[in-house]
Amino acid sequence: MLWKTLARNLLTRPANPALRAKLARASTKKFGRALRIRHVAAGSCNGCELELHATQNLIHDLTQYGLRFTPSPRHADILLITGVAGRNMLEAVRQTRAAMPDPVLVVAMGDCAVDGGVFKTSPMVSGGGDAILPVDLVIPGCPPTPAQIIEGLVGLLGQHPIR
Amino acid sequence: MRLLSPKQFQTHPGKFIALWADLTHVHALYQPGDWVSAPLAGNTYPALPAPGAAWFQRLAQDTLGCTALGTTDTRPAIEQWRAQDGTAAWPEFAKPEEGQHALALGPVHGAITEPGYFRFTLRGERVHRLETRLGYAHKSTLGLIRGKSPRLAARFAARISGDATVAHSLAFAHAAESALGLPVPARAVHLRAIMAELERLANHAGDLAAIARIIGSALPESRLALAREHLCKAAHAAFGHRLMMDIVIPGGIAGDLRSGGMAALHATLIALEHELPGLTHMFEDVQDHLATGTIPPALAAAFCAGGFTGRASGQPEDSRVTPGYAPYTDLNLHIPLAHTGDVAARTRIRLAEMSDSIRLLHSLLAGLPDTAIAIAPPSGTGAGLGVAESFRGPVWHWLRIESGAIADVFIADPSTLHFPLLEHAATTGNLADFPLILQSINPSHSGVDL
Repeated sequence: MLWKTLARNLLTRPANPALRAKLARASTKKFGRALRIRHVAAGSCNGCELELHATQNLIHDLTQYGLRFTPSPRHADILLITGVAGRNMLEAVRQTRAAMPDPVLVVAMGDCAVDGGVFKTSPMVSGGGDAILPVDLVIPGCPPTPAQIIEGLVGLLGQHPIR
Repeated sequence: MRLLSPKQFQTHPGKFIALWADLTHVHALYQPGDWVSAPLAGNTYPALPAPGAAWFQRLAQDTLGCTALGTTDTRPAIEQWRAQDGTAAWPEFAKPEEGQHALALGPVHGAITEPGYFRFTLRGERVHRLETRLGYAHKSTLGLIRGKSPRLAARFAARISGDATVAHSLAFAHAAESALGLPVPARAVHLRAIMAELERLANHAGDLAAIARIIGSALPESRLALAREHLCKAAHAAFGHRLMMDIVIPGGIAGDLRSGGMAALHATLIALEHELPGLTHMFEDVQDHLATGTIPPALAAAFCAGGFTGRASGQPEDSRVTPGYAPYTDLNLHIPLAHTGDVAARTRIRLAEMSDSIRLLHSLLAGLPDTAIAIAPPSGTGAGLGVAESFRGPVWHWLRIESGAIADVFIADPSTLHFPLLEHAATTGNLADFPLILQSINPSHSGVDL
């Protein structure tokens, strides 16, 4: 819960160029290289995917922070989950996590992945990323803006001790 | 609504759009908004001959246990889970024949995309057959809408498919307004159309950027991704949300155009208008890379394909014109049409739709009426249909409201009729063409899985 609270507060900060330097230090120290993100859509409405795509455009350019998406879970350091994690996707999320080498940071992005969002009372919904895996960071919002996504990811890397 | 006997229901002529059931009746919808019903007999009804009906019949079986008598496709629509002991609701896939092999793709994909499972049967690199299995994004949205007031339920309608949130909210509002006989203020009607056209522009830009990325055309990719970003920023400046979620509500809109919004929209539209001819030219240069994923006009007609997917295969229907709704009836829409049905045709149609949307937006922004923006829905009883043209095609919502609460609902996203066409289009190309073909149609998983 502490990290959820911290991350929520981080999101309210304005964009800061110093974040980039901080991330470079943190990621080099902890991972020794750029970080790769494996995204799994676990039953979103596809709004979160649109904003994830937007983090890669010329304006937001996630790559400049040393963060990039990878198709292979074997190369990934961060598991980013969007969507409600419905019953049909539980096994796929577990298998993706199992295919990733430790250490892994788990990020739940968007209100649905945080706690089920507007769908939380649905019988088909397990109640967000936390119901499947321990989550290191939540990025709330429906959907969160690209700036909020980037701030959340950078904030996580600066603050979180690697398990 | 017209009540038919089961026999008449089965032989009803017309272009099939959707089928759904409630506790007592089965309903079918035909182009352009011809709604017929028949009583259920012991929770069964006769299967419809239209090829597009198969998925709807599977969904009615999964959600309500209503059986279509005589259907050949009995696969589940949304039950995708596998129990601890390994048993699954799904039948096994057909075994590949001699000289063929099978390839499984999904539900976790390599790119940032929605979950869906694709099973290819290949002969070398050539795709022989594609079977899609959906339901991974199933959230039981229809169940969540039931029992709520139209205003409260609008939040779920806005999340049927995030990229078509305005269109789904609009179709939902149209259905609620038709059921309750609610007039909508003129300013809300105009602002709704402005949001719908912005959404169309942003999605076409985003999808064309992805197509350019897949064929390795870096300049149009980055320019179009940038155009999408500017459109989202303008939408945020004008309406307070980048995707314009939760702004269209039954009875009007939830917020007026913000101060500075008009200027932001104008600046973005003018910049895009200047760039569009050059981008169109760049796509014309790479037509050879896009001559794959063909949907023949006859097949598109059989499935009553809407949107750019239908229009690229010779189907001129556009729900903004037929059945038509305000304010488009006065705007003299230009509907582009092509007949080759390949990725290149869909790309051309999308680019042409973008320039027409810009023209519509200029005209809508110039003639914005000065009225109220919303009326509170009365606590009435009634049933109604609503339609809105999303960037993919017509979105249909059906609502039955009793004493102000939604008693029953059905939602048909155009993607439901596009997935079978995708299955065909994939077989006209190599396996390596599939990402391009998929992106050029871009069906919504969430819109189909409900």
